[in-house]
Amino acid sequence: MTFQAFAFYLFAVPLIGAGLMVVLARNPVHSVLWLILAFLSASGLFVLLGAEFVAMLLIIVYVGAVAVLFLFVVMMLDIDFAALKGEMARAMPLGLLVGVVMLMQLGIAFGGWTTAPGADAARQAVAPGGVTNTAALGLLLYDRYIHLFQLAGLILLVAMIGAIVLTMRHRKDIKRQNVLHQMWRDPAKALELKDVKPGQGL
Amino acid sequence: MDHVDFSLVRPEIALSLYAMAALMLAVYTSKDGMARFITWATVAVMVVLAAWIGLCNLPEGTAFGGAMHIDAFARFAKVTILLSAAAVLAMSDDWMVRQGMARFEYPILITLAVVGMMVMVSAGDLMTLYMGLELQSLALYVVAAFRRDSVRSNEAGLKYFVLGALSSGLLLYGASLVYGFTGTTLFTGIAAAATGGHLTLGALFGLVFVIAGLAFKVSAVPFHMWTPDVYEGSPTPVTAFFATAPKVAAMGLIARVLFDAFGGAVADWSQIIALLAVLSMFVGAVAAIRQTDIKRLMAYSSIAHMGFALVGLAAGTAAGVQATLTYMAIYAAMNVATFAFILGMERGGKPATDIEDLSLIARVEPTRALALLVLMFSLAGVPPMLGFFAKFAVLRAAVDADMAWLAILGVVASVIGAYYYLRIVYVMYFGAEREQAQLRGGPVAWLMLVGGAAVMVLGVVNLFGIEGAAAAAAQALVP
Repeated sequence: MTFQAFAFYLFAVPLIGAGLMVVLARNPVHSVLWLILAFLSASGLFVLLGAEFVAMLLIIVYVGAVAVLFLFVVMMLDIDFAALKGEMARAMPLGLLVGVVMLMQLGIAFGGWTTAPGADAARQAVAPGGVTNTAALGLLLYDRYIHLFQLAGLILLVAMIGAIVLTMRHRKDIKRQNVLHQMWRDPAKALELKDVKPGQGL
Repeated sequence: MDHVDFSLVRPEIALSLYAMAALMLAVYTSKDGMARFITWATVAVMVVLAAWIGLCNLPEGTAFGGAMHIDAFARFAKVTILLSAAAVLAMSDDWMVRQGMARFEYPILITLAVVGMMVMVSAGDLMTLYMGLELQSLALYVVAAFRRDSVRSNEAGLKYFVLGALSSGLLLYGASLVYGFTGTTLFTGIAAAATGGHLTLGALFGLVFVIAGLAFKVSAVPFHMWTPDVYEGSPTPVTAFFATAPKVAAMGLIARVLFDAFGGAVADWSQIIALLAVLSMFVGAVAAIRQTDIKRLMAYSSIAHMGFALVGLAAGTAAGVQATLTYMAIYAAMNVATFAFILGMERGGKPATDIEDLSLIARVEPTRALALLVLMFSLAGVPPMLGFFAKFAVLRAAVDADMAWLAILGVVASVIGAYYYLRIVYVMYFGAEREQAQLRGGPVAWLMLVGGAAVMVLGVVNLFGIEGAAAAAAQALVP
């Protein structure tokens, strides 16, 4: 076994195992932790492919941000595990059916992918020679697909406006803190000095 | 990428920049105090852009390596979208103020949705298609739930969002299959992959999913379930918007995909579109009969109308595309005018949408009732109104393409559908004695309503010359 094959199995086996555990783990928090392991293994595979930029992206964006966000969400949810199990038993036959259908579709797609005319050409690595894959990605994203990049920006803007429109409301019946108002207050009007005689009190 | 690419999409860039500038202006000044100003500024910008695209000879061609097609087809669709969006914004301003909903985000979200629609109708690549579609949809989900204190509006937004996400999933699955089996996301490349007038099995499979996802957006049966609830629950100006510009954009997008990407295999998709068309026409016509809410009724009406527009596409010819484009333009005009009436219906300061509220309204509001009568006749397709010529054109395209059965089914559905349009007229003129709704609304809504009705009658002369533009647009798509 070459070193490369060894390294591949080193990442591939944990990836599949972690992927299985994401689905099988009873506790959603454990599922998310397994998911993080799956992301890490996948990024290892990307490094083996020579796609170091995507590998780093996977770690920074998915492990660093998305998975941690998932973890928070899952921890805050109040999940009734007993009810969840009952649901699962009822939905099992349907789920199995869907699973079988999807497996068959994957088989068909894979068959077409390997035997279709011209599939070989379509399957070839698209990264041009002579540039690092980070530079190749940059050229695609900021040059050829610049319009998609900008449209994605607009979509995020809409998402931001939407989130604010739908959730932010100014309630008038609560007290708010106005820092400037507090700072501009005149001490002469707000404070009063009393000369308290010893032993007398106010 | 070079500067030519950007100069081709100047209208889209201008509209996006306007949206961002307006957002900044409102956020940093008096926020909702700017709502009306921004609404009218948006209307002005959209009308100017429509004139710019429609009247000035902007350069045509493909931009971004074929991912955007700027041609006569895109131009026709963009002008229709911009004008209908501007009309809906202009007439809803008064309603928003009356209902205390005048907020500056509304015109800005509509503007961004319109940018998405403009991208949709010039899409030349599956990725551009998806980005345009999502930009449009995401803005629409938000405006559907715009009335936060109303449970119905929230329900409408959520339902639209969940089902819209499902349809996007279907579309993406189909797009990935098409990409996998043709090796490209460019429409020109996909078209080149169809050999001998047929697609490979995998690509056909993908096409079916893409059509299913897009049929969701035009609410064609059997992907129509969200339409009545969303139409009923959304604030009425939003419903008016849903019924016009997004429908034109989605229909334009379907035509784009079918003819630009799969134009080499018309026989493969013609039956699918014909089936969608027949189901939509009949479900739209039959299900509307028992509706008592006028917004729900308009939802089923729009489903039926989408069926008729799809008939033109099912024909698979340039004449069919031309008929569909003309149909969509007339449909948008009819809906704008009808919703100008519905926006005015009010009972005790609250919007009223019950059809019974219109009982004998012709006695108190003869002009508006007459205008609505003309519009209902036009929606039903009674000659000599404009709606008849729209239906006639698509049915003739079907007959010319040897699909006479489709045209006959269309006529049958149209007769069934005429019942509920005429019922509204009956209620207005001969309904039971009861307290009617008041009809309110500023001069703009009145102008849209009466002007729209006048267009339906006067348009029979030469359809205001849109036939020529629609023919040029169809030629650009189906050479």
